[in-house]
Amino acid sequence: MTDISRFINIGERTNVAGSIKFKKLIVEENYEAALDVAREQVENGAQIIDINMDDAMLDAETAMVNFINLVAAEPDISRVPIMVDSSKWNVIEAGLKCLQGKGIVNSISLKEGPEPFIRQARLLRRYGAAVVVMAFDEQGQADTVARKIDICERSYRILVDQVDFPPEDIIFDPNIFAVATGIEEHNNYAVDFIEACKLIKARLPYAKISGGVSNVSFSFRGNNPVREAMHSVFLYHAIQAGMDMGIVNAGQLVVYEEIPADLRERVEDVILNRRPDATDRLLEVADKYKGDGGPEKKVDLEWRGKPVNERLKHALVNGITEFVEDDVEEARLQAEKPLDVIEGPLMDGMNFVGDLFGAGKMFLPQVVKSARVMKKAVAYLIPFIEAGQGGKRETNGKVLMATVKGDVHDIGKNIVGVVLQCNNFDVIDLGVMVPTQKILEVARQEKVDMIGLSGLITPSLEEMTYVAAEMEREGLDIPLLIGGATTSKVHTAVKIAPNYSKPVVYVIDASRAVGVASKLLSKTQGKDFAAETRAEYEAMAERHAAQQLEKKRFTIEAARANKVPIDWAAFEPVVPARPGITVFDDYDLAELVERFDWKPFFETWELHGRFPDILQDEKVGETARSLYDDAQKMLKRIIVEKWFKPSAVIGLWPANAVGDDIEVTPAPDQNEPVMLRTLRQQMFRDNNKRPNRALADYIAPKDSGKVDYIGGFVVTAGPEVEEIAKKLEADHDDYNAILVKSLGDRFAEAFAERMHERVRKEFWGFVPDEALSNADLIGEKYQGIRPAPGYPACPEHTEKRTLWQLLDAENTVGVRLTESCAMTPASSVSGFYFANPDAKYFGLGKIERDQVEDYARRKSMTLAEAERWLAPNLNYEPRHYDEGGPLARQAS
Amino acid sequence: MNDRQTRIDLLYKRAAEKILILDGAMGTMIQKHKLDEADYRGTRFADWKQDVKGNNDLLSLTQPQIIKDIHSQYIAAGADLNGTNTFSATTIAQADYGMEELAYEINYASAKLAREACDEWEATHPGDVRFVNGAIGPTNRTASISPDVNNPGYRGVTFDELRIAYKEAANGLLDGGADTLLVETIFDTLNAKAALFAIDEVLEERGEKVPVMISGTITDASGRTLSGQTTEAFYNSVRHARPFSIGLNCALGAEQLRPYVVELSRIAECRVSVYPNAGLPNEFGEYDQTDNEMAALVREWAEKGFINLLGGCCGTTPAHIKAIAHAVKDCKPRLVPKLTPKMRLSGLEPFEAA
Repeated sequence: MTDISRFINIGERTNVAGSIKFKKLIVEENYEAALDVAREQVENGAQIIDINMDDAMLDAETAMVNFINLVAAEPDISRVPIMVDSSKWNVIEAGLKCLQGKGIVNSISLKEGPEPFIRQARLLRRYGAAVVVMAFDEQGQADTVARKIDICERSYRILVDQVDFPPEDIIFDPNIFAVATGIEEHNNYAVDFIEACKLIKARLPYAKISGGVSNVSFSFRGNNPVREAMHSVFLYHAIQAGMDMGIVNAGQLVVYEEIPADLRERVEDVILNRRPDATDRLLEVADKYKGDGGPEKKVDLEWRGKPVNERLKHALVNGITEFVEDDVEEARLQAEKPLDVIEGPLMDGMNFVGDLFGAGKMFLPQVVKSARVMKKAVAYLIPFIEAGQGGKRETNGKVLMATVKGDVHDIGKNIVGVVLQCNNFDVIDLGVMVPTQKILEVARQEKVDMIGLSGLITPSLEEMTYVAAEMEREGLDIPLLIGGATTSKVHTAVKIAPNYSKPVVYVIDASRAVGVASKLLSKTQGKDFAAETRAEYEAMAERHAAQQLEKKRFTIEAARANKVPIDWAAFEPVVPARPGITVFDDYDLAELVERFDWKPFFETWELHGRFPDILQDEKVGETARSLYDDAQKMLKRIIVEKWFKPSAVIGLWPANAVGDDIEVTPAPDQNEPVMLRTLRQQMFRDNNKRPNRALADYIAPKDSGKVDYIGGFVVTAGPEVEEIAKKLEADHDDYNAILVKSLGDRFAEAFAERMHERVRKEFWGFVPDEALSNADLIGEKYQGIRPAPGYPACPEHTEKRTLWQLLDAENTVGVRLTESCAMTPASSVSGFYFANPDAKYFGLGKIERDQVEDYARRKSMTLAEAERWLAPNLNYEPRHYDEGGPLARQAS
Repeated sequence: MNDRQTRIDLLYKRAAEKILILDGAMGTMIQKHKLDEADYRGTRFADWKQDVKGNNDLLSLTQPQIIKDIHSQYIAAGADLNGTNTFSATTIAQADYGMEELAYEINYASAKLAREACDEWEATHPGDVRFVNGAIGPTNRTASISPDVNNPGYRGVTFDELRIAYKEAANGLLDGGADTLLVETIFDTLNAKAALFAIDEVLEERGEKVPVMISGTITDASGRTLSGQTTEAFYNSVRHARPFSIGLNCALGAEQLRPYVVELSRIAECRVSVYPNAGLPNEFGEYDQTDNEMAALVREWAEKGFINLLGGCCGTTPAHIKAIAHAVKDCKPRLVPKLTPKMRLSGLEPFEAA
């Protein structure tokens, strides 16, 4: 089997020596058509393209440079490596200087002895190219197997041993000569080549073998079917012998198996020199096949069958100029006026290109090609547009473009410029590092319709802002476009647009420039577009300002200076009626049911709405009612059968604030105070209108000279809740298990509410005659607060450990804290009581490292530990890599 | 330690033992000084005919203490290889400021500054040798892309113009004391090929062997260089230079670079280097990826054995380099594989002959 798939096809059509058509195009400098020849080869499967400009009619060096540079701008051609083919060293070198990829040089040889051979090989190593080495030496071209292998071996040794040339980059061309010429000595040429292949592969590791295949059939020129059959048969055998690549017309290779048997046999006789009359026998049948035609050239033109708009889009995306004029004409005939073709299908296509580019599915050289198709399309339409305007050419507008002062990057700007020009805008490009004054001066002199600024480096953003401000100061009245790698919509909205009262628009990439510019200058859409953009940017700037404010933080010192202002001199603390600890066991369940807040109950069941309205809700009412009925039934049983035994512990102690800490005296006979550590809000406050709160603010400071009080509590619905739930779960009654737990939670919450009420009225008694409805209680309309550790005002859970210590909660009510400070049983509530009328609930929000470091010190934690407990509240990224580092040590 | 060759031997040894650390951004650090036009000019160029603000390389002459201090900060942060302040120090790039004639001097002085900073460190930290990495930037012109899209065959700069400019730069860097040469931020491979050609000539003329590092830039989501090459095509185009390392830098953050790092690690027959930006710039052109975030991303590469050299590009600071050095200090460098020799060609895409 011939592994033709492994064989590397080198396209041969871009060779002036081999293609009369290509030569004509180059001589006439019809490069667009010449590029089509190259493109066609790649489309037909050439994996490398050979470029040769050796012709007496041409300045080969110039032609080589021009053509390779043009190929570089055609991504669908330049995706493959290039073979720089010339017999002149200066042409080869000139070609290599234009190749960003790694190509192949075709060729060098020992024809003029080892000295130039070595010099050239050294340079090739420096340029970075593989090389074809002809089996050619001082005596001439090698024809026999022995000469072929001798010269190849000698070349190989020089290259590998003396030049240090990578052996895998050496390709031997052991010369393919014509067979069946009528001269007997020529009959074995193909066999000589094939045999040489075998020897090269055996003796010269990693070296590759190539050859000009069409030579072999030279004597049958004029009879392409026979020539192609000869090529196929030759390759079939040469590839098996080790030939790796060949210069072939990739589009015209017939499949070996598909050659008619009769023809194939005779061709094979010739190639393999199997019988003396082989040439005659092939001649006998040759005429029969002449003109039979090879396989038809196949180009994928399926897209040509699509509607015209689709075709235009296809041409833009794929950068195909070939049919664009026909398609544009068709679109023009369908359109009301020629301009509609540009603003409709062509711009749609360019926007699609922009999307693909943004998504990484196209890359820059391809986008540039799309712009060229666009240009061609527009160029075709211009005469029609002008005819409609009475013959005078009217441009879409004049755009001044510049890279701002301090910045030298201009590739992106140039592309925008070209895309605009392609779309009938006049572009004045002032280049790079353009000072503001020059921009304004030229804008005025040239009466431009808009200015486009570009920049790539960060300082350019500042400079653009300055240009905008100057435009405003000097009273310009034209739109300003902003683009470039570091620019952004937000930056434009926040920093640039506010400086200039005329339209300022950010342009994300070149493909969008035309759309934006056209809209801005459009008589019908211009005003609306400018107004919409302005509104969008203003909204964006506001959002941004809000976000910045949100992120901005006071230092902890500044935050402490802005604490809750309470006039402690005028403050008279209320002494608790029942100081110290009080425990309540087996609390009356019925009393608690009155204090139920049903809303969270329904929320547990994913039913959202106000109670009792939810029972009548259109959507969830029925479910809610049925759930409520079940809950009521269970409640009755809970009360009657005394399922739960709720218990509570409360404590009321003398206390004073010391900084952000609260110093609590647990018992009169106990000298050692217990310290509660509170955290302070650090959000930035304008004019200090609102305080930066900490719970410590609600307790009279020590230096006020007044003894204040604080309370604490733990209530629980009792361990029975979970025991019953477990039993129900064991019976697979998940519904009632969840129901009993959610009711347990309600009891705990109601208990907390009820105890708070009794503390206010009886045990502490700071509002003995309070009279609030259940709804008012739920709405927190009472004086004082009962914040819980782990909740917004004091999110750090470990403060519960201090509370537990104060209340001896594990022994008094049997509620324990897990390692992560969760309460068990779960149907429990804990917290502190603050009585001060100015005490308000608040959320701590995000805090800064300075407070966390200070807090860690106060709590005797490491910084890392404090950061773990406070993770959701950090306004910064903690340093994980350095846990044992100086900061952590300092904190501990 | 004055002998370049001794240091180079040491560099090879160290590269076998650890992941080498490159320094971080020079521009970002310079920006923090908020220098104005007068600062850039200094006394020597007070009357220069045009504005020079933004010509960061000039600061090696006019504000040497600032540059040296930045080097010292990176050295202290743990950078083994310290890039000279010469990103635009070629006649071609300096032409924007009319300072073509200063190109050699800037290279020489910049290498000397970096060397001094290393020497100062070595004086107080005996045995802890640090290296000067002679940086050779892309210039601001492209040899394989036309700046005039209406004339795609036109070129704003030729191979030979680049080659001559790069030769001067390389000589300046080596004369000033560079231990290695780094062809970096390559967005057009043909520019890089001219630089590599120039370096090869220079080294031959000087009779020296100096490690050459190559670092390309993937510019956008298509995963290609600005001039359109894929990572592998880029590698195939420059591997003839037999570099000390091949890698990627700039334009993207570590997160976005990852697939291309993996790709290079698979195909490269030399060491692999990466120095990403500190993430992608935010809307204000600022980089906000923190030291720890970046270190965590590159550590993963180190753990998986993708990498031999790590550092930072735009937006990175000594804190980033310190975090990276710390994060990978126990990771083994990638083992350079011995691949079967194959003819590896490229256009915009790679082509391999089996």
